[in-house]
Amino acid sequence: MYKILRKEVFSPIIKLMDIEAPKVAKSCQAGQFIILRIDEEGERIPLTIADFDREKGTITIVYQEVGKTTEQLGAMEEGQFIQDFVGPLGEPSHIEKFGTVLVVGGGVGIAPVHPIAKALKEAGNHVVGIIGSRTKDLLFWEDKMRAACTELHVTTDDGSYARKGFGTDVIKEIAETRGKENIALVIAIGPQPMMKACCNVTRELGIKTVVSLNALMVDGTGMCGCCRVSVNGETKFVCVDGPEFDGHQVDWAELSKRGAYFREEEQRSKEKKHTCKCGCGGGK
Amino acid sequence: MTDTSKPKKKIVPNKAPMPAQDPIVRAKNFSEVATGYTRETAVAEAQRCLQCKNEPCRQGCPVEVDIPSFLKLAAEGDFSGAIAKIKEKNALPAVCGRVCPQENQCEKYCTLGKKHEPVGIGRIERFCADLELETGVKLPEVAPATGFKVAVVGSGPAGLTCASDLAKLGHKVTVFEALHVAGGVLMYGIPEFRLPKAVVQAEVQNLKKLGVDIDVNSVVGKFSTVDELMEAGFDAVFIGTGAGLPYFMKIPGENLCGVYSANEFLTRTNLMKAYKFPDYDTPIRIGKKVAVLGGGNVAMDAARTALRLGAEESWIVYRRSDKELPARHEEVEHAHEEGVKFALLTSPTRINGDDNGVVKSMECLKYELGEPDASGRRSPVAIKGSEYTMEVDTVVVAIGQGPNPLVPRTTKGLEINKKGNIVASVETGATSKPGVYAGGDVVTGAATVIMAMGAGKIGARSIHEYLQSKKA
Repeated sequence: MYKILRKEVFSPIIKLMDIEAPKVAKSCQAGQFIILRIDEEGERIPLTIADFDREKGTITIVYQEVGKTTEQLGAMEEGQFIQDFVGPLGEPSHIEKFGTVLVVGGGVGIAPVHPIAKALKEAGNHVVGIIGSRTKDLLFWEDKMRAACTELHVTTDDGSYARKGFGTDVIKEIAETRGKENIALVIAIGPQPMMKACCNVTRELGIKTVVSLNALMVDGTGMCGCCRVSVNGETKFVCVDGPEFDGHQVDWAELSKRGAYFREEEQRSKEKKHTCKCGCGGGK
Repeated sequence: MTDTSKPKKKIVPNKAPMPAQDPIVRAKNFSEVATGYTRETAVAEAQRCLQCKNEPCRQGCPVEVDIPSFLKLAAEGDFSGAIAKIKEKNALPAVCGRVCPQENQCEKYCTLGKKHEPVGIGRIERFCADLELETGVKLPEVAPATGFKVAVVGSGPAGLTCASDLAKLGHKVTVFEALHVAGGVLMYGIPEFRLPKAVVQAEVQNLKKLGVDIDVNSVVGKFSTVDELMEAGFDAVFIGTGAGLPYFMKIPGENLCGVYSANEFLTRTNLMKAYKFPDYDTPIRIGKKVAVLGGGNVAMDAARTALRLGAEESWIVYRRSDKELPARHEEVEHAHEEGVKFALLTSPTRINGDDNGVVKSMECLKYELGEPDASGRRSPVAIKGSEYTMEVDTVVVAIGQGPNPLVPRTTKGLEINKKGNIVASVETGATSKPGVYAGGDVVTGAATVIMAMGAGKIGARSIHEYLQSKKA
C-alpha cells in the first residue's frame, strides 16, 4: 500500500499528490512514468512522474480527471492509501548539453516537463520553458517552472492570463527572432493535439522534437503490447521503448484512434459509480 | 499347481473420466471446466496403478515426484500422506494437477498405458492438492536458517518453485514480481476456467508461510538491476522472468483497434478481470466474430475466452493442419466441444479496418502441406490464387512470445542468445555471471509450466551448492 502524503488541488479537475514510494523515488529519472491501481477492482493507469524526492522517498504525480480512475483518485485525501504503485517505468529522457532547448508543457503536461526542464538546466542547457493552458484556472506550477527553466513564457488559449495564444506561437516567434538554427531541440508534452501541433510547426522549421506519448497500457513492462505505436513505420511499445519518441516520426492518426477504442467502456465505467451501493458516496 | 505369488490384480482398462461442466453451459461462464474427482474416484483410479518395479512414470516428471509412492498412499485413502509425498518435490501440486501435459510426461511412460489407458496421475494429484487446500495445509519441514539471502526475479512457475526449494533449505528468499500479484503466467495468462486464480493464490500463500517474502510491484531492471540486488546483499539471484514479449505477424493492419496480442487479451481478462467489467474497471472489447491466429495452448485459451466474453463466433486460424496443432489434445477437444471453429491451413496476409481504425476483415491465404521442415513438421506452402476475405471484428495474435528483455538488457555480463534468451546450463541453470542462475521460458523460449518448474528446481539445487561452496 502506498500512502498519499500530500494533496494539492490546482483546479476542480487538476490535482497533485505526493505518494510515499521510496523504491521508485530512489531510482527514477526525468521522463519516466509510474503505473498505479487504486484498489482491488481498479485498472492500471500510467502517469508520468512530475517530481521526486529521493530523501523523503516520494513521487509527485499530477493528473487531470478525465475518467473513472482519475476521478476516483481525485476524491481521495491525504493519509489514504493506493493499493499499487509501480515504477519507474519507461526509458528516462535523454539529457545532455544540447544548447538552447525549448521545453513546452501544455495543460496537465506542464507536470511531466518539469523534471526534464530541471535536468536539462542542470546539464548546462539554456532552457526556454513554454507553458500554457486553455484558461487561467487550469494553469499551475508557473513558479516551479520559472525556477526550473532559464526563461519562461506563459500562454492561455483564451487570453484570461498572460499571453493569449498557443505554445506554437511562442515556438515560431523564438525561431524567428533568435534563428531556428540556434534551437537545438524542442520537447513537447501535453494533450495529443497540442504535441501534434508543435510537431507540425517544428517539422517545417527543421527542429528535432521529442514528445512523451500517453498510450493505453495494461502491464507497462512490454508484456502486452497494448501501447503499440508506429514510429517511422516501425511498431514500438510506448511502455518500454518510450514514452519519448521523435515526434516527427510518430503516426498520430493511429495513436489517436487506438486511444479512443475503449471510449464507450470508459463512459460506462464513469457512469457506474453513480449507481454504486457500497456507501462510499459515489467515489467508487 | 499352487500359485504362491500374490493374487493377480484385476486390470481396469480405462481411466476414470474427469467430471466437467457441460460444454454448452461452460462456454458462457468462467468457472472451472473440469470439476475434479471425488474421493472414491481418486482412490479407485490410484488403485489402477500396477506399482510396477521399474517405475517408468518417474522419468517423465520434470520435478521428480515419487509418483508410485503417492499413488500407493492415495490408493489406501491416505491423502495427507499422498500430498506430503508429492510436496517433497512439487511446490505447486494444485497447479500441476490442472495444467501439466501429463500425456507427454508421467502418463506417457505408464506401464498400464502400454495396453490400456494410463493411470490418471494428474487427476489424482489435483484431488490430493485440492483436498489439502480445503482442509488445511501442513507445512513441510524447513531447515535451520543459513544466513544466505537469495533474490528470485519473477514469480511464475520457475520462480515460485525455486523460491520454495531454497526456503526449505533454510535460505532467506525474496521474490520480486513486476505485476501487482504473484503467480506470473498462472495469473495473467492461463484462464480462470482452466486454473482458478484462488488456487494459484492459495499456493502462493503456502510459499509465504515457508518464510518467502514476495515483493510485488517490483520491476527488476527498473527499480533495481540484478547487479544492484547483489550489491545490496543478495548472495545469489535466480532469474525466471518468463516469455513476456508478444510476437506479432508483421502484416499490414496489425496496429488497428481490435487487434490484441494474446498476452493483452488474456491479461485484461484474467489478471484484470475484464470479464467482470464494469464491476472491475478494466474493459475488454469483443466483437461478434473473433479470429485467433495460432494453434498452441495460448491460442486455444484465447479462442475459448472469446466465447465466454460473448463472441458469437470464435475461430482458430492456423496455417498447418489439425495434426500439427501444437496445443494439448485435451485443449483442442475442449475448444471443439465449446464451439470454437477452426480455419486450418489458413494464414492472414493483411487486416483491414474501417474509418475509425477498427478491424473489419482479414485477407487470408489457403495453404497446403509440403515437405517436413527443420522442426520435423510439414511446412505449409501457400496455394496460389487462394486469397479470400474473412469478416472479423476482433483479432488475437497468439503466435508465441519471446523473452521479456528488461532483465537481460540491464544485467552486465549476462550472456544472451540471438533470440534474446538468457544462456544458462540445462544441468545447473548457471549463467555466464557468477552467482546468477536462470530458468524457465526466459531461457528456453515459451514452453510449459512444468518445464519451468523443473528449471526452477534445478536452479535452486545449484544455488544451494553455490552457497555451500561460498561458506567453505
